[in-house]
Amino acid sequence: MEAAFSGKLETVYRRYVDEDGNAISILQDIQAEFGYIPEEAINSIARMTGIAPSMFFGIVTFYTQFHTRPRGANIITACCGTVCHVKGAQRIISRIHDELRLKEDQDTTRDKLFTLEKVNCIGACSIAPVVVVNQKVHGRMSPEKMARELKKCRERTDA
Amino acid sequence: MISLTIDGREVSVFEGTSVLEAARILEIDIPTLCHDPRLKPFGGCRLCIVEIRGMARPVTACTTPAIGGMVVTTTSERLYRLRRTIIELLLSDHPNDCMVCARAGDCTLQEQAYFYKLRLNRFTGEMRDHDRVDANPFIKREMNKCILCGLCVRVCDEVQGVNAIDFAFRGFNARVTPPFEKDLDCEFCGQCVAVCPTGALTGKVWAGEARQKDVKMTDTVCSYCGCGCNITLHTVRDRVVRITSRPDTHNRGWLCAKGRFGYEFINHPDRLKTPLIRRKKGGNLEPAAWEDAFDLIAGQFTRIKEESGPDALGGLASARCTNEENYVFQKFFRAVIGTNNIDHCARY
Amino acid sequence: MPKGVTVNVCMGTGGIAGGADEVLAAFREELSRNSVEGRVLEKCAVHQVGCRGFCARDVLVDITIDDERTTYQYIRPDMVKRLVSEHIIGGEPVADWMVSDEYHRFHDLQKKIVLADCGTIDPEDIEAYIDAGGYRAITEVLESRTPAEVIDEVRRSGLRGRGGAGFPTGQKWELCAANEADRRYIICNADEGDPGAFMDRSVIEGNPHSVIEGMLIGAYAVGSDSGYVYIRAEYPLAVDRLRLALDQARAKGFLGPDILNSGFSFDIKIKLGAGAFVCGEETALIASIEGERGMPRAKPPYPADKGLWGKPTIINNVETWANLPPIINNGADWYAGIGSEKSKGTKVFALTGKIRNTGLIEVPMGISLRDIIFDIGGGIEGGRLLKAVQTGGPSGGCIPQQHIDLAMDYDNLLAVGSMMGSGGMVVLDESDCMVNIARFFLEFTQAESCGKCTPCRLGTKRLLEILTRITEGEGRKGDIELLEDLAGDVRDTSLCGLGMSAPNPVLSTIRYFRHEYEAHIHDKHCPAKVCRKLLTFFIREDLCVGCGMCRKACPTGAADGKPKAPHHIDTSSCVKCGACYDVCKFKAVLKE
Repeated sequence: MEAAFSGKLETVYRRYVDEDGNAISILQDIQAEFGYIPEEAINSIARMTGIAPSMFFGIVTFYTQFHTRPRGANIITACCGTVCHVKGAQRIISRIHDELRLKEDQDTTRDKLFTLEKVNCIGACSIAPVVVVNQKVHGRMSPEKMARELKKCRERTDA
Repeated sequence: MISLTIDGREVSVFEGTSVLEAARILEIDIPTLCHDPRLKPFGGCRLCIVEIRGMARPVTACTTPAIGGMVVTTTSERLYRLRRTIIELLLSDHPNDCMVCARAGDCTLQEQAYFYKLRLNRFTGEMRDHDRVDANPFIKREMNKCILCGLCVRVCDEVQGVNAIDFAFRGFNARVTPPFEKDLDCEFCGQCVAVCPTGALTGKVWAGEARQKDVKMTDTVCSYCGCGCNITLHTVRDRVVRITSRPDTHNRGWLCAKGRFGYEFINHPDRLKTPLIRRKKGGNLEPAAWEDAFDLIAGQFTRIKEESGPDALGGLASARCTNEENYVFQKFFRAVIGTNNIDHCARY
Repeated sequence: MPKGVTVNVCMGTGGIAGGADEVLAAFREELSRNSVEGRVLEKCAVHQVGCRGFCARDVLVDITIDDERTTYQYIRPDMVKRLVSEHIIGGEPVADWMVSDEYHRFHDLQKKIVLADCGTIDPEDIEAYIDAGGYRAITEVLESRTPAEVIDEVRRSGLRGRGGAGFPTGQKWELCAANEADRRYIICNADEGDPGAFMDRSVIEGNPHSVIEGMLIGAYAVGSDSGYVYIRAEYPLAVDRLRLALDQARAKGFLGPDILNSGFSFDIKIKLGAGAFVCGEETALIASIEGERGMPRAKPPYPADKGLWGKPTIINNVETWANLPPIINNGADWYAGIGSEKSKGTKVFALTGKIRNTGLIEVPMGISLRDIIFDIGGGIEGGRLLKAVQTGGPSGGCIPQQHIDLAMDYDNLLAVGSMMGSGGMVVLDESDCMVNIARFFLEFTQAESCGKCTPCRLGTKRLLEILTRITEGEGRKGDIELLEDLAGDVRDTSLCGLGMSAPNPVLSTIRYFRHEYEAHIHDKHCPAKVCRKLLTFFIREDLCVGCGMCRKACPTGAADGKPKAPHHIDTSSCVKCGACYDVCKFKAVLKE
């Protein structure tokens, strides 16, 4: 386990050893590898690269793409772009919160089945409001359709 | 050299000089919060905005390089209003804590609020809540007083090279923190404390001590090592309550953890202030006059040298002495005692 | 059996959402079942709308038989069988499913330069680009022009940066080239972050080689050997197509050392953005490429003097780069002949919101809003009244209905308090609340503020708080003036473009819709019936059938009643969540 962990980090590190300015790319690769950015990964990669852990932490918390905690099995991405907003994205998001019993500032359910994230705009404005469920784009959503989608996800994960 | 006009006065400066530096040559006071001439300009607080002819919007004097023929205005009604709004915004997210703040009377933010006559704030709203206690022994971090000027981050990076802290998160939630918001774990040089313009970073060792008005300041030299950093002792009734260093000294105001925080020994009851002599075998060490002590040492050295030769003696010098003192010490052993048995603690 | 059959299915994020994948598979299956010698191609997807930018009619399918093209709209997989048997095999187009006149009107007023080849060529095949005249410009430039001549051509064309601010491109290049430096960098800004904008992505998805060729021209002009494309990771399809295009260009010798034996060398790297709107700002983008937090740096020095790694750097956005090959091919005079006096050429807009024909359009600069909305856009959705057009995203403003004859160019938009931005155009109708719109944009900029400078970090927060209390009925006398004062100060003192332009939505909505702010503050009333806390929900007894949906949906038990009898809402326990309004199938729940 330990060896596998540092092996993966070593591979990521080697990919970028020749050039400066790759802290973000390194973190992107770490996240691709582990699904999130574990604290130990930052500490180890900091030792390898000589870049301070505080800098990595600053980058991780700056960019919305990075997550410092493991995420749910199903990723629900609600688009909050202008058009989705005027077409009722907020009602869909509240419905997701209700259905998943997520608190206002919570993004992952306690059973780690779902993670809800918001994105500024995925550029699918013509079929707004849009929700991406596990990378599949669903256009012209409504709170009811959303509830049905969540139910389907739950059934699929249970099965 | 290029010359520019600031507030109607001409000044000649080297190329690469910032507008702020040029103004300071003319002793024109432009307020700043995030600027320190020893660190790279940041341009974050926006307080040093000035108007430059031909530019539509105000620019920060600290980041704008002076250009020949530039015409700069540092004070105007508009600039006053804009600067006032900036301070007002900062205060809208700053605890109104001056009564119990260690920096009261010595705080740049407080001073600016005073100059800009800010009593009521138009922008009441959510305030940050960062009152977690950092367990480290030296540096008190009250991050809800932080104005994100970035001086601590820059000094830790540019001067100390430690990078113990950095900006994290963003926008209203942006904060300066060690990785993963853990307790500070660094060299505790306290450089960050020295540059902090507010009460966000203060020394735990001088918490609750004297107010600035009671303090007597005495410039001296740090006794910890041979570097000879200039320090300023803050004393109240002959008791040292804090140590700082001036930026215009050879150490540019930078100190180490010992120099900045390790002054407890000065007022410590166990500190030796006179020589001690054990007059009777098996007896106690007793305070003595310096003359008696020197007589005793000189007498014993002479006796040992006569009885057993100079190589029976050896000298161990200290890194806390200056170069000159160490030189004299080895000269004494080589020339006066006549031995090369000489060593120094820094060798180990 | 017919020969030379091509079926083009629009494949983009939204096209796929609309089932383009399944449609494509159905065609493949149906054609092979019938042994037709057809080629079922993934049409170059401009974006989710499909190739022609006609978003509203997804999935669009082109069937071309012996150069005769028929376009179908709203195609689902189960319709494929009939299309194949009647049209492809039988030779009789299916008239019911063909696009209407509206589809053609949608295109009539457009002028396509950047999007000219998007939707007609395969973006994953460099040969298709070359066949359409691609890489001709860079070949000619390398063979017969000096860098100074190229810069002069671009300067004379009048091209201005399409990223929003509209800085003259030629002038930017001139400044960069004039600097003494051992190295210069070229950057393509594809960090399109404005909500409601997807032009840049569409160009990269539809014609990535045009961007690469544009960058080559720029690199040659200013003497750079190294370029970057900074692109959002949220655009996976665009990233893949760009990667493929770079590989193909390298294999063909258009990138790498000694390009076309000219002695000129240039290559491009991709840097993925990690989700920060502020990185669209050029100095923040540079910080991000350098691997740091994307915090903007003070200007001057400008990137053209000191940019990436401290070297002179040119940053232009995707659309700007894609304009360059046509300018070189057709000449500066041709380009300068298109558009308005101070804004030359065309502009790509993402036309969305409450409009019938949503989609991606390219129009000559100077076209009126009226032409865009009513001719190209087909008017307002549902026959409601136009209220305003929001341009420039969170940096822009709302242009009210009375300025509908405004000629769209950089300077006119600024004059009415908005800006071109990167080209998002959201149409708002009478059912949109302008205070709520301003609040929405401030919520966005506040969340995207990097936190470096005081006015943006705290000013946007306070602006948002004031707007929020107005929309929640807690607005105070003097709040409008306070918003105006603070917005002006934030605009004047912020470090970068984000903070400078963040107040625009507030200032422009106050300028044109002050009465809506006043209604919220003084009358506690939202004229557009959007701000929930100012609404009262009630049930019309004559319409209610007592189905009980509202009772089940209500979180507080405020909506109540006996089955099959009219329900009612207890206003004292109603939390105004709107759940009853959403679920009622009989439109019996009303808000006032």
